[in-house]
This record gives sequence, C-alpha cells and structure tokens, in this order.
Amino acid sequence: MPLLEPRPTPSAQMRLLAPLIAIGLTLAVGSLLFLSLGKNPVEAFGVFFVQPLSSGNGWSELMVKAGPLILIAQGLAIGFRARIYNIGAEGQLIMGALAGGGVAIAFDGVDAWWVLPLMVIAGAIGGALWGAIPALLRTRFNAQETLTTLMLAYVATFALSYMVNGPWRDPEGMNFPQSIMFGDPALFAPWFEGMRVNAAILIAAVASVAFWIFTSRSFLAYQLTVGGLAPAAARYAGFSANRTVWVSLVLSGLTAGLAGVGEVAGPVGQLNLNISPGYGFAAIIVAYLGRLNAIGIVLAGLLMALLYLGGEAAQVALQLPAAITGLFQGMLLFFLLGADVFVDYRLKSRPKPAYA
Amino acid sequence: MSTSPPPFSGPPEGTPRLELTGITKRYPSVVANDGVYLKVGPGEIHAVLGENGAGKSTLMKIIYGAVQADAGQIQWNGREVVIANPSEARRLGIGMVFQHFSLFETLTVVENIALALDEPFDLKGLAARVKEVSTRYGLPLDPDRLVYSLSVGERQRVEIVRCLLQEPQLLILDEPTSVLTPQAVQKLFETLRRLASEGVSILYISHKLHEIQSLCHSATVMRGGKVTGTATPAKETPASLARMMIGRELPVCDVPAFTGEATPALTVRGLSHEPDDPFGTRLKDIALEVRRGEILGIAGISGNGQAELLSALSGETTGPADTVILSGKPVGHLDAGRRRKQGLTFVPEERLGRGAVPPMSLAENATLSAHGMGLVKKGFLRPKAAWAFAKTCIERFDVRCGGPGAAARSLSGGNLQKFIVGREIMQKPIAMVVAQPTWGVDVGAAAFLRQTLIDLSREGVAILVISEELEELFEICDRIAVLAEGRLSEAVPKAQTNAEKIGMQMSGLFSAADTREPAHAAA
Repeated sequence: MPLLEPRPTPSAQMRLLAPLIAIGLTLAVGSLLFLSLGKNPVEAFGVFFVQPLSSGNGWSELMVKAGPLILIAQGLAIGFRARIYNIGAEGQLIMGALAGGGVAIAFDGVDAWWVLPLMVIAGAIGGALWGAIPALLRTRFNAQETLTTLMLAYVATFALSYMVNGPWRDPEGMNFPQSIMFGDPALFAPWFEGMRVNAAILIAAVASVAFWIFTSRSFLAYQLTVGGLAPAAARYAGFSANRTVWVSLVLSGLTAGLAGVGEVAGPVGQLNLNISPGYGFAAIIVAYLGRLNAIGIVLAGLLMALLYLGGEAAQVALQLPAAITGLFQGMLLFFLLGADVFVDYRLKSRPKPAYA
Repeated sequence: MSTSPPPFSGPPEGTPRLELTGITKRYPSVVANDGVYLKVGPGEIHAVLGENGAGKSTLMKIIYGAVQADAGQIQWNGREVVIANPSEARRLGIGMVFQHFSLFETLTVVENIALALDEPFDLKGLAARVKEVSTRYGLPLDPDRLVYSLSVGERQRVEIVRCLLQEPQLLILDEPTSVLTPQAVQKLFETLRRLASEGVSILYISHKLHEIQSLCHSATVMRGGKVTGTATPAKETPASLARMMIGRELPVCDVPAFTGEATPALTVRGLSHEPDDPFGTRLKDIALEVRRGEILGIAGISGNGQAELLSALSGETTGPADTVILSGKPVGHLDAGRRRKQGLTFVPEERLGRGAVPPMSLAENATLSAHGMGLVKKGFLRPKAAWAFAKTCIERFDVRCGGPGAAARSLSGGNLQKFIVGREIMQKPIAMVVAQPTWGVDVGAAAFLRQTLIDLSREGVAILVISEELEELFEICDRIAVLAEGRLSEAVPKAQTNAEKIGMQMSGLFSAADTREPAHAAA
C-alpha cells in the first residue's frame, strides 16, 4: 500500500520554502556530523560559512566559484523544464575549455584584443557541439540523453587528458600533463590586485538576465515548458518535440562551454586535468535548488559556491577530508528532493476498517 | 428496447443478499459517498443510476473491497462483514466486471483467466470449464485464442466468464455497454437475465436510462454522492428517472436548418495508416467529406481506429499531403500547429494533458493552441492578451471556474471541456474536429456543448464529431458514418439510418456497396 497520497492543491508557498527547509535540515544533520567527528558544530559552521566571507579575497573567491555554477545551471534549467536531462555539463564544460584553450595556444604570442573574444566564442561553440551530439542521438535514434550526456562527459575527460599529455603538452612543463600558461591577451584580467575575480563573472550575470527574460516571456520557453509538463499537449499544439531536444541540449552545452573558457582563461590560466572541481555536476543541484528559476539559480549558485569555499576552509582549519564538500552538496540535494515530495504529496492515514 | 423486464422471481422479503448502510467515503477534495444505503435481493437485477461523479464507481469499489469506506456497514446474506480486499470479496462470492478491462493482450483467454484465480488450477481442465460455462450462458469463447485478437465485446466476455467461474452470488457490472454494439447489448442482457433467474444478484451501473428500463428490476439513484431515491424502472419514464438523476428536466437540443452554401470544407481521401503501436488499429483507405454548415458524426467503439483517425486529422501524425484537404488545400503533411493556422481546430478526447496542460492556468492554456490569435508577438508571450482571451472564453462559454488564473486541473471535466471547445471555436475555424464531446461531462454541460456545436455548424463551420454515444450522434449530427476495424462506412443522412443499422456496421458488417476496396489506396 503506498504511503503517500497526492495533495489536492500543492501549496505554491511551500514550493518556494522547500529549498530553505532543505538548507535547514542540511545544517541540522551537518551539526550531527560535526559532533560525531568530535568538532564543535558552532565553531565548524563558523569555519564553513562565516570565515570564507570575512575577507575581500573570500568574496572574490565566492564570485569565482559562483560564476560558472550559475552560468551552467541557467542553461541546464531550460532543459530540465522540458524534461530533457543533460547531466553531462561537465563534459561540455571541458570541450568548451579545450576549444577556447586551443585558440589561446594557437595564437600564443599574438598580442591582440580579439584573442580573448575569439576564445569565448570558440568555447561556446565547443560546448554547444558537445551538447548537439546527444541531441542528434536522441532525435535520430531515440537514445536517452540522460545516458549519452553522461557518457560523453567521460569521453571529454579522456579527450582533455589526451591533448594535455600529447599534442598540447607544454614542452617546458617537465612532462606534467598541462599546456603552456596562457599569455595576458588570452586571460581575463583580475579586477583587483591579488584577487582572482574577473570579467568572466559578467558573462554569468548577463546570462542570468537573458535567461530570466527568456524563461518568463518567450514563446519558445513556453513551448519547452509545455513539452516537459504534458508531451501530448505539445504534440496537440503542434510544438516540435525535436526542437525541444535541440534547443535544450545545445543551449545548456553552450553555457557549460562558456563556463569552461571562463576557467581556463581565468583562475586556471592553462589547460590541465583540474579545470573544474565538478562544476558541471554541482550545477545540476544548483538548477534544482533554484527551482529552475533564473533568479533562484543565482541565489543557489552563491550558496553552492560557499559550500565549496567552506569545504576548503574545513580541510585547512578542521582537518576534515575533502569529501566534506560532496557530503554537504549531497545532503542538500537529498533534502531538497525529499521536501519537494512533501510539497506534492502527504502521508496517507492508515485505512480504517469499515466499522470499528 | 421497450421490452419490459421479466417478473421479479426472487424473494422480495427475507434476507437481502447485500445491504449497505451509511456508507461514507471522503477523498481529499470530495465526499464520494455520503451515508449511502443500498439493498439487493437474491436474483435481483439492481441498477445504480447516476451521472459521472455521482459516486457509483466508488460505491462499487467499496463493495468489491478495492476501496475501504470511512464509515458504514456492509451486511452480506444477513451477516456483517468487512471486505478488506478484492480477493476477500471473491471469496464471499462477489464478482466484478470493470469498465476498463484488465487483460494481458499477449496471453490466451484461458491464461488470462487462470491469472485471476485465487486457487490452484490446471490449464487443460480450466479450458474445458471456460468452454462449458461460456456456452451455458451464451457467451461463446475460444479459450486458446490470444486476447489481442479479440474484439472489445469478446474481451468483456472473458471478464464475465472469469467472474462466473467463481460461481458468484453477486455480479457487479460497471457501465458494461459503453463498449458494445446495440446487438451485443441485447446478447449481454439475455445472459444477465439468465443469471438472475438462477438466483445471482446483479448490480448494474449505468447512466443509460433505456437500458435500465429494459433490464433492471429496481434502481437506486445517486447524485453528488448521496442516494436521491429508489425506483422500479419499468414503472418510470426516462424523464422521471432523469429528474431523479440530475434534479431537473432533461434538456433538449434545438437543431435549425442550415441556410448557407454547403461547400466541402474538410475532405479525406485514401487515408491509410500503419499504427506505431503494435496493438493499434490500421486505418484502411478512409474517405470522408464534411461540408460547411453540417455536423458529420462518426460512430463506433473506441479501439476501431478512432485514436488513429483523430491524430491523422489533427496533424499529430502526418502523412501524404493530399490525404487530408482543407478548403481545397492539401494539409496532410502539415503538423497540428500548421493545420490550425489553415483553419482546422481540434478538441481531443483527453482534456487534461492533451487539450490542456494540467498545472498551467487557463490564460496560459489559451496560448497553447490560440497563440495565433495575437497572444504571441515577435516570439514573446503577451500575458495580458492571453488573460483577456481566456476571460472572454470563460464568459462566452459559461465556464465555471476561479477566473483566467485558475489551473486547468482545478476545473471539473465539463467546465474544462467548455473552455477547450470555446478556445477552439474562438480561433474561427473553417472546420473543427471534436472527439467524445461530452464524455464524462454532466448532463447540463453536455446539453450546452451539444447546442454550441449545432449553433457553430449553422454559422457555416464544418464539424466532425467522433463519439461512442449513439444517442448523442443522432441528436446533433446531420450525417453519420461508422468506423469499425479501421474502415469507415459511407456517411448516411441520419433520417435514413437507425441504431439497429449503425449497430450492424459497428460489428464490421458493411454491405457490399458501403465497403470501399482499398484499390486506390495511397501508395
């Protein structure tokens, strides 16, 4: 017997509150976790959430991490609304980084204003093409994009590994798997001395505004949403299911590719095997935590970035393992999905016999 | 259908077979049964009469143990019982034939029956018993046939025989005739009368008044979850039963003549289609023509190609351009959106999830198909225009709801149907295709919808209606054709045909002149 029954009218307020409840539960269980590790929870949360933001550099780092998360999540959210599940944004990010990095390597030593814009465009195209492959597979062969996008993420990782171990390896790099360091024309200049925040964050900001307008006002986004909520209604209306797949996957690939360029032309400054600390996967959580809403995603991206910073701080100050970041991300997603279930359903009271 | 039921031979006094008292069942948003009382004697054919949503089905599920009542008592042969689940109900001797069958298409008749038995069995012996029982009650069945090859009527026989094998004392039938031709209905009634004469009690759920009058000894009438009365159907008139059922007079449609020029608006020629679904129906060389100012009805039982024909007409499946012609323009290759732009609108059978997006507001749902009516400009939505469109539709078509902001899924079936029909009419179509216009709709809304369609056709719109309700087609249509096994008969003016003839055609028995050989089928 199922334990849950649908609520007649799911509350819109609770749907917006669900992320806050999930955050609260994550903190509560996080406290237990810290206690069991013999750490004082208050102190641990101080290290986790307050300490990273107590310096200018902390805020800079927050922006550096939030930028790619928000950018990727905005793209993913378009597809998720249409129930096109691109879970391989990590791969599209890497292909974007490879394309953009390739431009930087090809024009190394050329001191011209157009190198950086060209890298950005190449990165966007690289990511979009990597997203287009699963779109083609889905529309031509009905291969589930959930599988193909994830598999292609691993292909991208190996492609990156091949390039930095082979053709693009830095000849002076003592055989480390990495490319040359990019020159200044191929880098986003830091805004402040000694901090890493740079103009790449503007790409995320502009994209957020553009996606907000796109999702709330455009007919195309409406069609994608209808396709996700009621595929038969989309067919009835004459909205193309294939177009939904293409737009979703190419768009989310494009934003992930942009994020990839932002990394190699920003904090990383070269191609190596550690371009992304899993931004492409964490952005899935950001998209859902932000309710697939452009503004919500900005807030969720900032929170997730803080989790990354807090995790690093916890490693240093509390000698906790690096897995702590993943644990907090996982708990957050778990509690969010759980809270969502209770927005739409409620516990069923035990059936009583016909008479007592 | 005016034959009166045979005299009621069961003992009117004495212990009733089944007696329900004060049965109440609440769902989150509705009280489905409210203090229901029901009594059935041995050998009695008892009708439970009521509109969709009156609570009939819930009550039957309670008796069959599929749903538990919140309050009330069940007496079975004078003994108080709790029926916790369907297998307990079967053990007591209660059998149920559901409106929607639960058969595995890839298994044989006897395998399907074996699956439902609670006790061990051997297939050979069981097959013999199936044969014996089915011949005894005039329900011929071949135990070794695969279910997918059976007609709907034959599938129902499987369900009935499955119940009869357990020698029930009470048989519940939920809207059993909605899938049968008029002739098959008469056959079913003979079987039921025979069972009753052997002492089996029968609960017969229906909203078809003439059937109840010809079959049932007594009736319990329900409205809004409550019992509004009991009656002896043979002593009532359809009008008096309808009054009990809906609380007022049965509305009648006004059908004026069309005065304009009846030029062809929607033409279908040589339309053949292989279904994607292996158990779908193949359309065989369909041809039809709907003229301005008329309503063409397509009768037939669902599963005979209705779904396939509708998608081919609406553009949800496409084919060769010249198989569907709208006002002289071939549109067979266009998708639903492009056909709508050319003036063909469509009201599908499934309102939620196809005709409307359930969680979206009515204003947002207006944009679904009416986006060409100025609700979208340069790729951007115009929410104010959509709101105004929905508001006009709500007012013009008497949609009872919380306004344009109400979610589609919050509306009752009838009101959502009025909204969808209204939305499609407001796009000023040349031709409109409507599937099951009043399915699951209460009588008041059904009358409104029928009149709306008639009025629209008299304004010069060509309307094609596909319906399982023969009475409805005879009420609103000018000409009627029959779709059976993927073939469409010649459309005949309704004055030149009758339920009997239509029923023959539903069984696939077209006369030679009616059957078009697929010689000029599209390549």
